[in-house]
Amino acid sequence: MSLEALIAILGMAAVTFAIRAGGLLLANRLPTTGFVASWMKHVPGAVLAALVAPAILAGGAAEGIAAAVTALVYLVSRNLFAAMLSGVLAVYLARLALGA
Amino acid sequence: MHAPAPHSGPAQFWLGVRMFLPVAVSIAAYGVVWGVLAGQAGLSVLEVALMSGLVFAGASQFVALDMWTPGNLPVLSIVIAAGIVNLRMLLMSATLRPLVGHLSLPRQLGAMFFVSDEQWAMTMAEVRKGTGSVAFLIGTGVLSWFAWMSSTLCGRVLGAFIDDPTRYGLDFAFTATFLALLLGMWRGRGDLVPWIIGALAAILTSKLIEGNWYIIVGGLVGSFAGALAETIRERRHVA
Repeated sequence: MSLEALIAILGMAAVTFAIRAGGLLLANRLPTTGFVASWMKHVPGAVLAALVAPAILAGGAAEGIAAAVTALVYLVSRNLFAAMLSGVLAVYLARLALGA
Repeated sequence: MHAPAPHSGPAQFWLGVRMFLPVAVSIAAYGVVWGVLAGQAGLSVLEVALMSGLVFAGASQFVALDMWTPGNLPVLSIVIAAGIVNLRMLLMSATLRPLVGHLSLPRQLGAMFFVSDEQWAMTMAEVRKGTGSVAFLIGTGVLSWFAWMSSTLCGRVLGAFIDDPTRYGLDFAFTATFLALLLGMWRGRGDLVPWIIGALAAILTSKLIEGNWYIIVGGLVGSFAGALAETIRERRHVA
């Protein structure tokens, strides 16, 4: 394992534990409702949207079709694994069909 | 011979384990997916074990994989992104203070290590019924940790049998997984604004700034917009 990987992992662990511990220690001063609380609550969804959108945009038609298939399978099955597999299969077939 | 009293420590611990079992199965399914993707991103088995064991926070670990480029790791942005994605835990552990407040500080902090979305939600539901306890919190946490640790390692080992990911379209597994994770987070129309603004901000940033900063910028701007929209809606509701 490289040193930079070790530092990245330990850094992630330290930051995450600091947040878990910090919430407990600052419990009386943290807002549980209102603007700041609502901001923190929306972060994970916004981060995932920020991850997905540029990736889909950067892809071609095959990736666009596969994204639609993934979304459809997830909404019907509610199963992450099934959605991932169908997305991969769809992109494989679409690339073959489109010659990409 | 008496069975342990229902409010004793060991009984509460095992009640937590039993009640959490179905959730642990679904955590393990996510864990296998993460492990496979971790192998593709170039994490070794040891790195997977360290990250799952010490960070123990699924969403931030998924984001880290997307930024993972061995040989030239953007260490700072990986750590900042983990902090931003996990910021919500600040509110979760804050609400656990009444439950653990009577313990010594090292024990309180030890209990906080396990705080995660599903485990916190189930413990709080018990607390609202008036039956939650520290032992219950630890029971669900320990099971959750073992489920995450073993399933991510499993996925990493299984994924090693796939040789050339792009040939089978497996490079798309990242996007597909993130898209499905995102859809799973849908709680109602209030999510529309942060998602759309987050996506647009990320697209714009990725065109303007080198590197992975678009993830952090999109996440912060999108969630800010979501909170703004929510606050405006509530004001109107009151007025």
